Amino acid sequence: MADAQNAPVGSTTAGSIAVAAESTVATRMSAPPSFDVADFPVPHGREEEWRFTPLARLRGLHDGTATAAGDGVKVTVDAPEGVTVESVGREDARLGRAGKPVDRVAAQAYSAFEQATVVTVPKETVLTEPVRVQVAGQGGTCFAHTVVELGAFAEAVVVMDHSGDAVYAGNVEYVLGDGAKLTVVSVQDWDEKAVHAGQHNALVGRDATFKSVVVTFGGDVVRLHPRVEYAAPGGEAELFGLYFTDQGQHQEHRLFVDHNIPHCKSNVVYKGALQGEQAHAVWIGDVLIEAAAEGTDTYEMNRNLVLTDGARVDSVPNLEIETGEIVGAGHASATGRFDDEQLFYLMARGIPEYEARRLVVRGFFAELVQQIGVADIEERLLAKIDEELEAAVA
Amino acid sequence: MATLEIRDLHVTVEADNATKEILKGVDLTVKQGETHAIMGPNGSGKSTLAYSLAGHPKYTITGGTVTLDGEDVIEMSVDERARAGLFLAMQYPVEVPGVSVSNFLRTSATAIRGEAPKLRTWVKEVKEAMERLNMDPAFAERNVNEGFSGGEKKRHEILQLELLKPKIAILDETDSGLDVDALRVVSEGVNRVRESGEVGTLLITHYTRILRYIKPDHVHVFAGGRIVESGGPELADKLENEGYEAYTKGGASE
Repeated sequence: MADAQNAPVGSTTAGSIAVAAESTVATRMSAPPSFDVADFPVPHGREEEWRFTPLARLRGLHDGTATAAGDGVKVTVDAPEGVTVESVGREDARLGRAGKPVDRVAAQAYSAFEQATVVTVPKETVLTEPVRVQVAGQGGTCFAHTVVELGAFAEAVVVMDHSGDAVYAGNVEYVLGDGAKLTVVSVQDWDEKAVHAGQHNALVGRDATFKSVVVTFGGDVVRLHPRVEYAAPGGEAELFGLYFTDQGQHQEHRLFVDHNIPHCKSNVVYKGALQGEQAHAVWIGDVLIEAAAEGTDTYEMNRNLVLTDGARVDSVPNLEIETGEIVGAGHASATGRFDDEQLFYLMARGIPEYEARRLVVRGFFAELVQQIGVADIEERLLAKIDEELEAAVA
Repeated sequence: MATLEIRDLHVTVEADNATKEILKGVDLTVKQGETHAIMGPNGSGKSTLAYSLAGHPKYTITGGTVTLDGEDVIEMSVDERARAGLFLAMQYPVEVPGVSVSNFLRTSATAIRGEAPKLRTWVKEVKEAMERLNMDPAFAERNVNEGFSGGEKKRHEILQLELLKPKIAILDETDSGLDVDALRVVSEGVNRVRESGEVGTLLITHYTRILRYIKPDHVHVFAGGRIVESGGPELADKLENEGYEAYTKGGASE
């Protein structure tokens, strides 16, 4: 969506476009990707990938002191007919195909889970109802691993719904066969003390279409890595995200699209609203177009709407291009304030303050909400936005 | 009949860690059906009067009264004032990202009228009002004031005036920055609302040019934070010929 010119008042942009011989996306990480937590040093907080994160609030996920305890989470999978849901051991060959963990917490999750959940949609199976995965926190600490695999030409919508209280480190893999179409909606609607860290790796097959919608509302700390790689040409990835960061919350989304294969597309749009003291949103958007990836078409955008004083956004788009033989590549980041003058203008037209805020926030999210394509999630999202705003007024 | 009464209004503003008095005792009565022009040099406090009446938080009212049909306006919040029938067409309307003109107009009309206008008649009403102001229908889908030209912003303000039908309309330098064609279109819009006889108009301007299109019943000269002379339309002619010099030096000025 080429609406980068709709930058809000007071917008700033940051970031860089680099034509590099060697990718710095990899070299600025403190260790190469690995399944083994021992390959990562314990972060101290000044590393590039940790510098925005409040380590002390990760409840030990980053330094090995967190161990599976309590009831952890209760996982319920509600799948339509034709879908296979399995609980498998660590040695299962279907695990780990979509990519290695890139930081210590993701590696910790991979090193510590006991059973993985594998959801398989067989080839040419087109689901008319979503697969619903409920991850209900029970107050404990839990390491998890989930694989969602679509066979060739299969089509599915998967909704992963996180709620309750937990310290949860869980990685998810999406493996798309040729021509498959997967929409996955991950909702982080945790209670206020929850901590959630995880890596979402998608491996997109030939001519396959992957759409990820990440919706983050709840939790004390949520830190996710949605990542995409392509297995063959013709793949398309859309990564959409919405977050509403409240007082004291830390919500961090670190995206990476690796254009490693020619003639693939990607489109990233993340939007966030923030309100309250110490509300902190972090968005890192890395796109790498490798030398081999001719014909790439990519765009990434992050927009933030700051509703009150005391909130902070760090938005860092980063586009690296190793070949000029591409269709298009662009990025944008804009952070605007809903300020007193806007409020005055709307109120001077008779609109009450609460309604004015609602109008602005709903308007801000509207185009993105419409892209989700799952009606009950769209409605829930709008209701949730209203709830967040009401809570702020009260 | 709606009446706005301003009595001995004193207003201060905080600037550079100091409190500065801008309005120093304004007295004015505007009745429904009347048009008052307030004219004055830059810095005389004309816009402060407009924004104070609308309730902008930047201004502090330190003395005097403002009533609309006997109701205390100063006690009302910004949105309450609008719903009571005050309308301010702003000199510099602000951009509101993410909110389309059509959504904004409908939300506003719903708030002012106390119920959502019926969709079918509303769409027609907006369309016709936009046509009268020579506005492209595509305008309705743009975000409020975002990327609007100066003329588009003013037309959008007058569009709201026509749709919201206030009791008292304050037009703050609506003529500034408009070319002659745009000024004519905007003035015709104001005149359509005036012809209803149901609005009292407070036309704030620096120049006499707009008064060729919008004929005032009363003209007031504003200088040094108060009204220093009042008269009929002939006072505007005098200002046209002589300028504000007589008011900006000597006793009338600061």
